[in-house]
Amino acid sequence: MRVGLKNAVMLLLVVVLVVSPLYLKRGAEFGGADGRAEEAISEVRPGYKPWCAPLWEPPSGEIESLLFAVQAAAGSSFVFYYLGYVKGRQRRE
Amino acid sequence: MKRHLYETLACLALAAFLYPPPAYAMHIMEGFLPLKWCVFWYAVTFPFLVLGIVSIRRRVQGDPRLKMLLGLAGAFTFVLSALKLPSVTGSCSHPTGLGLGAVLFGPAVMSVLGTIVLVFQALLLAHGGLSTLGANAFSMAVVGPFVAYGVYRGLLGLRLPAAVAVFAGAALGDFLTYVTTSLQLALAFPQDGSILAPLAKFMGIFAVTQVPLAVSEGLLTVVVFNLLAKYSRSELETLSALPREVKANARGT
Repeated sequence: MRVGLKNAVMLLLVVVLVVSPLYLKRGAEFGGADGRAEEAISEVRPGYKPWCAPLWEPPSGEIESLLFAVQAAAGSSFVFYYLGYVKGRQRRE
Repeated sequence: MKRHLYETLACLALAAFLYPPPAYAMHIMEGFLPLKWCVFWYAVTFPFLVLGIVSIRRRVQGDPRLKMLLGLAGAFTFVLSALKLPSVTGSCSHPTGLGLGAVLFGPAVMSVLGTIVLVFQALLLAHGGLSTLGANAFSMAVVGPFVAYGVYRGLLGLRLPAAVAVFAGAALGDFLTYVTTSLQLALAFPQDGSILAPLAKFMGIFAVTQVPLAVSEGLLTVVVFNLLAKYSRSELETLSALPREVKANARGT
Protein backbone atom coordinates (compact mmCIF):
# COMPACT_ATOMS: atom_id res chain seq x y z
CA MET A 1 0.00 0.00 0.00
CA ARG A 2 3.01 2.29 0.14
CA VAL A 3 2.62 2.86 -3.57
CA GLY A 4 -0.96 3.95 -3.00
CA LEU A 5 0.09 6.50 -0.40
CA LYS A 6 2.91 7.90 -2.53
CA ASN A 7 0.58 8.20 -5.49
CA ALA A 8 -2.07 9.93 -3.38
CA VAL A 9 0.48 12.53 -2.26
CA MET A 10 1.61 13.13 -5.85
CA LEU A 11 -1.96 13.48 -7.10
CA LEU A 12 -2.61 16.00 -4.35
CA LEU A 13 0.44 17.97 -5.50
CA VAL A 14 -0.91 18.00 -9.05
CA VAL A 15 -4.21 19.40 -7.78
CA VAL A 16 -2.31 22.15 -5.94
CA LEU A 17 -0.29 22.96 -9.08
CA VAL A 18 -3.43 23.19 -11.18
CA VAL A 19 -5.55 25.17 -8.75
CA SER A 20 -2.98 27.68 -7.51
CA PRO A 21 -2.63 29.62 -10.82
CA LEU A 22 -6.38 30.25 -10.69
CA TYR A 23 -5.82 31.98 -7.37
CA LEU A 24 -2.48 33.64 -8.15
CA LYS A 25 -3.72 35.05 -11.45
CA ARG A 26 -7.28 35.97 -10.55
CA GLY A 27 -8.97 37.78 -13.39
CA ALA A 28 -6.61 36.52 -16.10
CA GLU A 29 -8.16 35.18 -19.28
CA PHE A 30 -6.64 31.70 -19.25
CA GLY A 31 -6.83 31.46 -23.02
CA GLY A 32 -4.56 29.26 -25.08
CA ALA A 33 -0.85 30.02 -25.33
CA ASP A 34 -1.04 29.50 -29.09
CA GLY A 35 -3.39 32.46 -29.44
CA ARG A 36 -0.77 34.63 -27.75
CA ALA A 37 1.87 33.26 -30.10
CA GLU A 38 -0.21 34.45 -33.05
CA GLU A 39 -0.17 37.94 -31.57
CA ALA A 40 3.58 37.72 -30.99
CA ILE A 41 4.16 36.73 -34.61
CA SER A 42 2.21 39.71 -35.83
CA GLU A 43 4.34 41.95 -33.57
CA VAL A 44 7.64 40.46 -34.77
CA ARG A 45 6.56 40.35 -38.41
CA PRO A 46 3.73 42.85 -38.96
CA GLY A 47 1.68 41.94 -41.96
CA TYR A 48 2.48 38.22 -41.89
CA LYS A 49 -0.51 36.39 -43.30
CA PRO A 50 -0.96 32.67 -42.72
CA TRP A 51 -0.57 31.09 -46.16
CA CYS A 52 -3.08 28.33 -45.59
CA ALA A 53 -6.03 27.67 -43.31
CA PRO A 54 -7.31 24.57 -41.47
CA LEU A 55 -9.47 22.31 -43.63
CA TRP A 56 -12.15 22.02 -40.96
CA GLU A 57 -12.83 23.70 -37.64
CA PRO A 58 -15.24 22.63 -34.89
CA PRO A 59 -18.35 24.77 -35.40
CA SER A 60 -18.55 25.96 -31.79
CA GLY A 61 -16.91 25.91 -28.39
CA GLU A 62 -19.52 23.38 -27.28
CA ILE A 63 -18.63 20.95 -30.06
CA GLU A 64 -14.99 21.46 -29.24
CA SER A 65 -15.54 20.63 -25.58
CA LEU A 66 -17.63 17.61 -26.58
CA LEU A 67 -14.71 16.22 -28.57
CA PHE A 68 -12.43 17.10 -25.71
CA ALA A 69 -14.57 15.25 -23.13
CA VAL A 70 -14.84 12.21 -25.40
CA GLN A 71 -11.07 12.22 -25.78
CA ALA A 72 -10.42 12.29 -22.04
CA ALA A 73 -13.08 9.65 -21.36
CA ALA A 74 -11.81 7.31 -24.07
CA GLY A 75 -8.20 7.62 -22.93
CA SER A 76 -8.87 7.14 -19.25
CA SER A 77 -11.23 4.22 -19.86
CA PHE A 78 -8.39 2.30 -21.44
CA VAL A 79 -5.84 3.38 -18.81
CA PHE A 80 -8.04 2.09 -16.00
CA TYR A 81 -9.17 -1.00 -17.87
CA TYR A 82 -5.51 -1.90 -18.23
CA LEU A 83 -4.63 -1.20 -14.59
CA GLY A 84 -7.61 -3.21 -13.37
CA TYR A 85 -6.70 -6.04 -15.70
CA VAL A 86 -3.06 -6.31 -14.56
CA LYS A 87 -4.05 -5.98 -10.92
CA GLY A 88 -6.55 -8.83 -11.25
CA ARG A 89 -4.01 -10.90 -13.15
CA GLN A 90 -1.46 -10.50 -10.38
CA ARG A 91 -3.96 -11.52 -7.72
CA ARG A 92 -4.83 -14.64 -9.72
CA GLU A 93 -1.21 -15.73 -9.90
CA MET B 1 -10.39 -15.81 -27.87
CA LYS B 2 -8.28 -14.08 -25.27
CA ARG B 3 -5.80 -13.06 -27.91
CA HIS B 4 -8.64 -11.55 -29.88
CA LEU B 5 -9.56 -9.48 -26.87
CA TYR B 6 -6.06 -8.04 -26.58
CA GLU B 7 -5.97 -7.22 -30.24
CA THR B 8 -9.38 -5.62 -30.15
CA LEU B 9 -8.30 -3.48 -27.24
CA ALA B 10 -5.08 -2.45 -28.91
CA CYS B 11 -7.14 -1.42 -31.92
CA LEU B 12 -9.51 0.49 -29.67
CA ALA B 13 -6.60 2.32 -28.11
CA LEU B 14 -5.39 3.30 -31.54
CA ALA B 15 -8.91 4.26 -32.54
CA ALA B 16 -8.88 6.52 -29.52
CA PHE B 17 -6.36 8.64 -31.44
CA LEU B 18 -9.02 9.20 -34.02
CA TYR B 19 -10.75 11.56 -31.66
CA PRO B 20 -9.20 14.97 -31.86
CA PRO B 21 -7.33 16.52 -28.98
CA PRO B 22 -8.52 19.87 -27.69
CA ALA B 23 -8.64 23.39 -28.95
CA TYR B 24 -5.84 24.89 -26.95
CA ALA B 25 -3.23 22.46 -28.15
CA MET B 26 -0.05 24.46 -28.01
CA HIS B 27 1.32 23.79 -31.45
CA ILE B 28 2.32 25.99 -34.33
CA MET B 29 -0.85 27.02 -36.11
CA GLU B 30 -1.73 26.12 -39.69
CA GLY B 31 -0.10 28.51 -42.13
CA PHE B 32 2.03 30.22 -39.49
CA LEU B 33 5.33 28.78 -40.62
CA PRO B 34 6.85 29.87 -43.96
CA LEU B 35 6.88 27.12 -46.58
CA LYS B 36 10.65 26.48 -46.56
CA TRP B 37 10.56 25.82 -42.81
CA CYS B 38 7.60 23.49 -43.20
CA VAL B 39 9.58 21.44 -45.71
CA PHE B 40 12.71 21.56 -43.56
CA TRP B 41 10.99 20.18 -40.45
CA TYR B 42 9.20 17.49 -42.43
CA ALA B 43 12.58 16.35 -43.72
CA VAL B 44 14.14 16.37 -40.25
CA THR B 45 11.27 14.41 -38.70
CA PHE B 46 10.85 11.78 -41.38
CA PRO B 47 13.81 9.50 -40.42
CA PHE B 48 12.54 9.34 -36.82
CA LEU B 49 9.18 8.05 -38.04
CA VAL B 50 10.84 5.32 -40.09
CA LEU B 51 12.94 4.41 -37.07
CA GLY B 52 9.79 4.39 -34.92
CA ILE B 53 7.85 2.06 -37.20
CA VAL B 54 10.76 -0.36 -37.31
CA SER B 55 11.05 -0.08 -33.54
CA ILE B 56 7.34 -0.82 -32.94
CA ARG B 57 7.58 -3.91 -35.14
CA ARG B 58 10.63 -5.16 -33.35
CA ARG B 59 9.44 -4.54 -29.80
CA VAL B 60 5.74 -5.29 -29.88
CA GLN B 61 4.99 -7.71 -32.66
CA GLY B 62 4.00 -11.18 -31.55
CA ASP B 63 3.53 -10.19 -27.91
CA PRO B 64 -0.08 -9.28 -27.12
CA ARG B 65 0.88 -8.22 -23.58
CA LEU B 66 3.16 -5.55 -25.01
CA LYS B 67 0.55 -4.49 -27.56
CA MET B 68 -1.77 -3.82 -24.68
CA LEU B 69 0.92 -1.88 -22.81
CA LEU B 70 1.53 0.16 -25.97
CA GLY B 71 -2.21 0.85 -25.96
CA LEU B 72 -1.84 2.14 -22.41
CA ALA B 73 1.02 4.44 -23.43
CA GLY B 74 -1.17 5.80 -26.23
CA ALA B 75 -4.21 6.19 -23.99
CA PHE B 76 -2.11 8.06 -21.41
CA THR B 77 -0.94 10.52 -24.10
CA PHE B 78 -4.54 10.88 -25.11
CA VAL B 79 -5.74 11.77 -21.61
CA LEU B 80 -2.89 14.14 -20.85
CA SER B 81 -3.20 16.05 -24.10
CA ALA B 82 -6.89 16.54 -23.27
CA LEU B 83 -6.04 18.30 -20.02
CA LYS B 84 -5.85 21.99 -20.74
CA LEU B 85 -4.40 23.32 -17.54
CA PRO B 86 -4.15 26.86 -16.23
CA SER B 87 -0.66 28.18 -15.61
CA VAL B 88 1.00 30.98 -13.67
CA THR B 89 1.18 33.12 -16.82
CA GLY B 90 -2.61 33.39 -16.83
CA SER B 91 -2.94 31.30 -19.98
CA CYS B 92 -3.48 27.60 -20.60
CA SER B 93 -1.48 24.83 -22.16
CA HIS B 94 -1.47 21.06 -21.93
CA PRO B 95 1.00 18.30 -21.14
CA THR B 96 2.03 15.84 -23.87
CA GLY B 97 2.02 12.50 -22.02
CA LEU B 98 4.71 11.08 -24.28
CA GLY B 99 7.30 10.58 -21.54
CA LEU B 100 5.67 7.44 -20.13
CA GLY B 101 5.76 5.57 -23.42
CA ALA B 102 9.29 6.80 -24.15
CA VAL B 103 10.52 5.39 -20.85
CA LEU B 104 8.77 2.06 -21.50
CA PHE B 105 9.25 1.49 -25.22
CA GLY B 106 12.07 3.82 -26.19
CA PRO B 107 11.67 7.22 -27.83
CA ALA B 108 11.21 6.30 -31.51
CA VAL B 109 8.01 4.36 -30.77
CA MET B 110 6.49 7.49 -29.28
CA SER B 111 7.53 9.56 -32.30
CA VAL B 112 5.00 7.52 -34.25
CA LEU B 113 2.20 7.70 -31.65
CA GLY B 114 2.79 11.43 -31.09
CA THR B 115 2.65 12.14 -34.82
CA ILE B 116 -0.63 10.22 -35.16
CA VAL B 117 -2.09 12.40 -32.40
CA LEU B 118 -0.90 15.53 -34.21
CA VAL B 119 -2.38 14.47 -37.55
CA PHE B 120 -5.83 14.09 -36.08
CA GLN B 121 -5.49 17.28 -34.06
CA ALA B 122 -4.73 19.09 -37.28
CA LEU B 123 -7.54 17.47 -39.25
CA LEU B 124 -10.39 17.47 -36.75
CA LEU B 125 -9.72 20.27 -34.30
CA ALA B 126 -7.95 22.85 -36.40
CA HIS B 127 -5.01 22.57 -34.05
CA GLY B 128 -1.54 22.73 -35.27
CA GLY B 129 -1.86 22.06 -38.97
CA LEU B 130 -0.84 19.88 -41.86
CA SER B 131 1.65 22.47 -43.14
CA THR B 132 3.24 22.72 -39.70
CA LEU B 133 2.96 19.00 -38.93
CA GLY B 134 6.65 18.32 -39.51
CA ALA B 135 7.68 21.09 -37.12
CA ASN B 136 5.15 20.13 -34.45
CA ALA B 137 6.03 16.46 -34.73
CA PHE B 138 9.69 17.34 -34.32
CA SER B 139 9.13 19.28 -31.10
CA MET B 140 6.49 17.05 -29.50
CA ALA B 141 7.14 13.59 -30.90
CA VAL B 142 10.91 13.68 -31.43
CA VAL B 143 12.49 16.11 -28.96
CA GLY B 144 10.04 15.31 -26.12
CA PRO B 145 10.40 11.51 -26.09
CA PHE B 146 14.13 11.52 -26.83
CA VAL B 147 14.80 13.95 -23.97
CA ALA B 148 12.55 11.92 -21.65
CA TYR B 149 14.29 8.68 -22.56
CA GLY B 150 17.80 10.17 -22.37
CA VAL B 151 17.20 11.77 -18.98
CA TYR B 152 15.58 8.59 -17.63
CA ARG B 153 18.45 6.34 -18.74
CA GLY B 154 21.05 8.89 -17.63
CA LEU B 155 19.64 9.20 -14.13
CA LEU B 156 19.26 5.43 -13.79
CA GLY B 157 22.94 5.22 -14.73
CA LEU B 158 23.68 7.52 -11.79
CA ARG B 159 21.82 4.99 -9.62
CA LEU B 160 18.99 7.34 -8.78
CA PRO B 161 15.62 5.74 -7.95
CA ALA B 162 13.42 4.92 -10.95
CA ALA B 163 10.67 7.28 -9.73
CA VAL B 164 13.07 10.25 -9.70
CA ALA B 165 14.35 9.35 -13.16
CA VAL B 166 10.82 9.01 -14.56
CA PHE B 167 9.77 12.32 -13.04
CA ALA B 168 12.76 14.22 -14.40
CA GLY B 169 12.50 12.55 -17.81
CA ALA B 170 8.80 13.25 -18.30
CA ALA B 171 8.98 16.80 -16.94
CA LEU B 172 12.02 17.80 -19.03
CA GLY B 173 10.64 16.13 -22.14
CA ASP B 174 7.45 18.14 -21.76
CA PHE B 175 9.29 21.39 -21.06
CA LEU B 176 11.82 21.06 -23.89
CA THR B 177 9.01 20.31 -26.36
CA TYR B 178 7.80 23.86 -25.86
CA VAL B 179 11.31 25.32 -25.81
CA THR B 180 11.71 23.69 -29.23
CA THR B 181 8.43 25.21 -30.44
CA SER B 182 9.73 28.65 -29.36
CA LEU B 183 13.02 28.04 -31.16
CA GLN B 184 11.26 26.95 -34.34
CA LEU B 185 9.16 30.11 -34.37
CA ALA B 186 12.19 32.30 -33.62
CA LEU B 187 14.16 30.68 -36.47
CA ALA B 188 11.29 31.34 -38.85
CA PHE B 189 10.73 34.92 -37.67
CA PRO B 190 14.12 36.49 -36.87
CA GLN B 191 14.15 40.19 -36.04
CA ASP B 192 16.92 42.32 -37.59
CA GLY B 193 18.80 39.17 -38.49
CA SER B 194 18.85 37.88 -34.92
CA ILE B 195 16.73 35.17 -33.39
CA LEU B 196 17.39 36.22 -29.78
CA ALA B 197 14.66 38.81 -29.31
CA PRO B 198 11.89 36.70 -30.87
CA LEU B 199 13.20 33.64 -29.03
CA ALA B 200 12.82 35.46 -25.70
CA LYS B 201 9.33 36.51 -26.73
CA PHE B 202 8.15 33.04 -27.76
CA MET B 203 9.83 31.41 -24.76
CA GLY B 204 7.95 33.86 -22.54
CA ILE B 205 4.71 32.55 -24.02
CA PHE B 206 5.29 28.84 -24.47
CA ALA B 207 8.08 27.81 -22.13
CA VAL B 208 7.14 29.83 -19.04
CA THR B 209 3.52 28.69 -19.28
CA GLN B 210 4.76 25.13 -19.47
CA VAL B 211 6.84 25.07 -16.26
CA PRO B 212 4.10 24.10 -13.74
CA LEU B 213 2.50 21.83 -16.35
CA ALA B 214 5.76 20.00 -16.87
CA VAL B 215 5.94 19.35 -13.12
CA SER B 216 2.36 18.05 -13.18
CA GLU B 217 3.16 15.81 -16.13
CA GLY B 218 6.21 14.46 -14.29
CA LEU B 219 4.11 13.64 -11.24
CA LEU B 220 1.28 12.00 -13.19
CA THR B 221 3.77 9.92 -15.15
CA VAL B 222 5.34 8.66 -11.93
CA VAL B 223 1.88 7.76 -10.57
CA VAL B 224 1.18 5.49 -13.54
CA PHE B 225 4.75 4.20 -13.67
CA ASN B 226 4.53 3.17 -10.00
CA LEU B 227 1.37 1.20 -10.68
CA LEU B 228 2.95 -0.47 -13.70
CA ALA B 229 6.08 -1.34 -11.73
CA LYS B 230 3.82 -3.01 -9.19
CA TYR B 231 1.27 -4.80 -11.38
CA SER B 232 2.89 -5.03 -14.81
CA ARG B 233 6.39 -5.97 -13.77
CA SER B 234 6.80 -8.83 -16.22
CA GLU B 235 6.05 -6.56 -19.19
CA LEU B 236 8.45 -3.91 -17.88
CA GLU B 237 11.13 -6.55 -17.49
CA THR B 238 10.55 -7.82 -21.01
CA LEU B 239 11.13 -4.26 -22.21
CA SER B 240 14.08 -3.85 -19.79
CA ALA B 241 12.47 -0.60 -18.68
CA LEU B 242 13.42 -1.03 -15.02
CA PRO B 243 16.76 -0.44 -13.32
CA ARG B 244 18.72 -3.60 -12.68
CA GLU B 245 18.57 -3.50 -8.87
CA VAL B 246 14.79 -3.33 -8.95
CA LYS B 247 14.71 -6.37 -11.17
CA ALA B 248 16.95 -8.27 -8.78
CA ASN B 249 14.71 -7.34 -5.86
CA ALA B 250 11.65 -8.50 -7.71
CA ARG B 251 13.18 -11.88 -8.32
CA GLY B 252 14.23 -12.12 -4.68
CA THR B 253 10.73 -11.56 -3.34
